[in-house]
Amino acid sequence: MALIWGLGLLGYISLSSALVFTFPRSVIAFVFFEASLFWVYYAPLSFKMKCFFGALVLVVLLPVLGSVNGYYLEIAIQVGIFVALALGLNIVVGFAGLLNLGFVAFYAIGAYLWAIFGSPQANEFLPGAYFPLSPSWFFVFLLLSVFVGALAGVLLGLPVLRLRGDYLAIVTLGFAEVVRALVNNLDKPINLTNGPRGITPIQRPPLFFQPLLKLFGLETDPATLYPLYFYFLVVVLVLLIVTATRRLEDSPIGRAWKAIREDEVAAATMGIPVVRMKLFAFAVGASFAAAVGVLFSAKQIFINPESFTFMESIGVLAMVILGGMGSIPGAILGATAVTVLNLQLLKGLSLWLNSLRQSGLILHLPLLGSIDLSQIPAQFEPAKYERMVFGLILILMMILRPQGMLPPRREGD
Amino acid sequence: MALLEVLGVSKRFGGLLALAEVDLQLEEGMIASLIGPNGAGKTTLFNILTGIYFPDGGEIRFLGRSLAGLRPDQITSAGIGRTFQNIRLFSQMSVLENVLVGMHSRLSVNLVDIFLRSQRLRAQEREARLGAMELIGLVGLEQRQNEWARHLSYGEQRRLEIARALASAPKLLLLDEPTAGMNPSEAQSLMALLQRLVGKYVRSILLIEHNMRVVMGVSDRVTVLDYGEKIAEGEPVEVRENPRVIEAYLGRSDWMSHAQG
Repeated sequence: MALIWGLGLLGYISLSSALVFTFPRSVIAFVFFEASLFWVYYAPLSFKMKCFFGALVLVVLLPVLGSVNGYYLEIAIQVGIFVALALGLNIVVGFAGLLNLGFVAFYAIGAYLWAIFGSPQANEFLPGAYFPLSPSWFFVFLLLSVFVGALAGVLLGLPVLRLRGDYLAIVTLGFAEVVRALVNNLDKPINLTNGPRGITPIQRPPLFFQPLLKLFGLETDPATLYPLYFYFLVVVLVLLIVTATRRLEDSPIGRAWKAIREDEVAAATMGIPVVRMKLFAFAVGASFAAAVGVLFSAKQIFINPESFTFMESIGVLAMVILGGMGSIPGAILGATAVTVLNLQLLKGLSLWLNSLRQSGLILHLPLLGSIDLSQIPAQFEPAKYERMVFGLILILMMILRPQGMLPPRREGD
Repeated sequence: MALLEVLGVSKRFGGLLALAEVDLQLEEGMIASLIGPNGAGKTTLFNILTGIYFPDGGEIRFLGRSLAGLRPDQITSAGIGRTFQNIRLFSQMSVLENVLVGMHSRLSVNLVDIFLRSQRLRAQEREARLGAMELIGLVGLEQRQNEWARHLSYGEQRRLEIARALASAPKLLLLDEPTAGMNPSEAQSLMALLQRLVGKYVRSILLIEHNMRVVMGVSDRVTVLDYGEKIAEGEPVEVRENPRVIEAYLGRSDWMSHAQG
């Protein structure tokens, strides 16, 4: 049985990667390939085999395919960033049951942390010209952001955790808007954030392995190296976050979070320090988001407040809900599905529609008469109503499968 | 020394005096019952004992120590466990997880251990599971350990609440109407269970109960509340004969004396 699954997986993976190779521009081929990870997760194989297949896809095939079409790597990085964010929010909303509508604030805090000190921006308000910090500081800030994020989470949590449900949601929403307003306006009297103009150029992480690559005689052009580098950084970060989340889930802390979600009074009566556990959930979620923020700002080189709007928070929340609240595989699948939908499927459809329009074809349909495809209005482009498609999917999910795509499994199932 | 001393505890909700200077003493090794008509303040007293409400007056001493100002989880750590009248299980968690949550105050939560999944943590988890399974077996739910709590029958949920409350290794167990909704044979086996618990798992039990057969069957002492006041206290037989208790339950017996007179 395991052998059949193993061979089948191998066949699927090679077939789908061959498809991507032959049709490097085909969105469908790539989605087909991405789905292989889902099959790896579902296959009844031993943990070691799953790791092998997962590594094959993530470490070998995806980077290679990324060299065929660089956009795939960009998508993989984006997916990774949103997976990490969704995992962080899943702790707060899914495990502890605290509805947080302002999660993006912590992401912004991390991003600005590195943006300010990893660019000349800090010279604006600190004496001397020590900035930008050298690229190696990136890793220090990655670590630092975990603590800064946790601190921000606790600071927000302390006053608001007495609130419940709807009230908590409104306050967190307000918090995110406050953070965005601050970032937007702190260019005077002291220029901390450069306001709506944003910060650029932000240092990228150091290419410390470049000498090593030279040793192997590999060509090291930073333009091809950086996407791969960020890709691997994201993969490592996501793996770390998944591991940390899983270990927390299986620990007394994870059980305490779920108990608070189910019944706060009963949880307290069973000996759980409710406020401390809630603060901890906020802190962990926030520290993940802040770490991802550091990575994001280094990848983008330029950030401004536009990247941290309320819609971002809602987007991440929707990923968690679509995937299945309180489920780690669910959060991963939800984030992947939504990101791929936005970046690939809808854009792909728009491109297809454009090419139809430009082809000037005239369709002759039996009842409708002839339709001049060049007359399709531009408003039909799916990418333009991304939010609507998204909303429809959410509504359908809530009706047909309210527990999400991959709801948490029970022990012993 | 008494295990639990309630000294002149009062609680007011707006204009309603829910508890009026109630005194209660609970000795070691005892099963005591708290009875009284609906709205007499029994559950309010439980909520004060477990830190969900703060009393407006009076003091509670547990093992000689005042419980004033302690949070519910601190009171649980101090050694008081409870069940709820309107079952409050963690419905989307398994039977086993429910009991494990009850053990929280006895487990160490060290982040380094958790992130490294250390030997110490795994040993602790293994032991916790064994302990939880023992309690689940004690209330006869070993076949259903992986079931979600909300999929249990009513009687099973009541028993799971007891197992969950025992998980914190309480010295005093507070049971709020443990036999509500149980049929007579279930209530019978619950009584046997309560008697087995005292001395072995807990030092004393205080229960709120409406089923008089249970009250008379297991209690060493009975305390009667009515409109927030303690109107009687003593051995079950004494209390049953007490005219004020009969009056509280059945109303004034004037018409009887008139008929006789």
